[in-house]
Amino acid sequence: MNGEITIAGPELIKMGAYIGAGLACTGMGGAAVGVGHVVGNFLSGALRNPSAAGGQTATMFIGIAFAEALGIFSFLVALLLMFAV
Amino acid sequence: MAEHVIAEVESELAFHPMDQFIVKPLFGEGPVHWYTVTNVTFWMALTILCIYGLMVLGMRSRAMVPGRTQSISELAYGFIHKMVEDVAGKDGLHYFPYIMTLFLFIVFANFLGLLPMAFTTTSHIAVTAVLAMAVFLTVTLVGFYKHGLGFLGVFWISSAPLVLRPVLALIEVISYFVRPLSHSIRLAGNMMAGHAVIKVFAAFAAILAISPFSILAITAIYALEVLVAFIQAYVFAILTCVYLKDALHPHH
Repeated sequence: MNGEITIAGPELIKMGAYIGAGLACTGMGGAAVGVGHVVGNFLSGALRNPSAAGGQTATMFIGIAFAEALGIFSFLVALLLMFAV
Repeated sequence: MAEHVIAEVESELAFHPMDQFIVKPLFGEGPVHWYTVTNVTFWMALTILCIYGLMVLGMRSRAMVPGRTQSISELAYGFIHKMVEDVAGKDGLHYFPYIMTLFLFIVFANFLGLLPMAFTTTSHIAVTAVLAMAVFLTVTLVGFYKHGLGFLGVFWISSAPLVLRPVLALIEVISYFVRPLSHSIRLAGNMMAGHAVIKVFAAFAAILAISPFSILAITAIYALEVLVAFIQAYVFAILTCVYLKDALHPHH
C-alpha cells in the first residue's frame, strides 16, 4: 500500500487505551485543586489563630490524604489502561 | 506498517520507567515461586534489619542522656505515641505497638527504596494491600469484639435527619468497604508514581540538549520524594488511628 496506514483490531484497542490513559491524567488536576484547597484553608485559618494551628496539623494531613487518594485513583486507571488492557 | 511506527516510538527512551518495579529472583533465573528469594524479599529483610538496628541495638544502652541512635528511636516512639493518643484516644493506646510496627516498616521501606539501585517494596500493591487488609480486618474485628452488633451503629448516623439516614447508611457502607482499597493504593500509587517520574527524567538525561534541566529536575523530585516517603508512612499510620477510633467509638 502506498504510504497508507490501516489501523484495526488490537492496534485500535491499544490506541484507545493510550488515549484513555492520557485522559485519565486530567484527574490529577482535580486532586491538585483539592489538596491546594485543604492546605490553603488550613494556612488561612492558622494565620488567624496560630496558637490552635499546631494541634490541627494531623487533621490537615488526613484531609490531604483523602483528597489525594482520588487523584491516585486516576493514576491507577491510567496504569490499568496502559498495562492491563 | 503501524507495528513499525509503534516499535520506533517505544525505543525512543533509553529504558522503560516501569522496569524498576519488576520482581526478579535474586539468585539465577527462572519463574518466581512463593519460596523464591527475590529482590522484594531482600529489601524487606533489609528493612527489618534497619528497624532492628535502630529500635533494639540503638536502645540497648538505655542511657539517661541518650546518644544519637537512642535519641532518634525515642523521638520516633514519642511521635507515634502522641499521634495515637491524639487521634484514637486513650483507649487506642492498647493498639500502639501495632501502629508503631506499621509506621516503622513503611517509613524504612520507603527510605530504603530511595537509595540508588534499590527496590521500593511499598511500590507494589501486593505489599500494601496486605498491610491495608490487615488493618481493615483488625479494625472490623476490634469493633465487633468491643461493641457486638452495636458496631453497626457506625453506619447509622443518629445526628442526621431520619429521612436522610438510609441514604447516608448506604454511602457509609460503601465508604467503609472502599477503605482497604484507598488505603493501599494511596501508598503504592504515591511511591510508584514518584519513582517512575524520577526514572522518566533520568531517561531524558541521555538527550544532550535537555540534560542539565533533566538532572536539576531529578534533584528536585528526589527532594520531594524524601518528603513524600515520610508523609505517606505518617498518613498510613494516622488513617489506621482514625479507623481504630471509629471501631472504638462507633456512635457519632
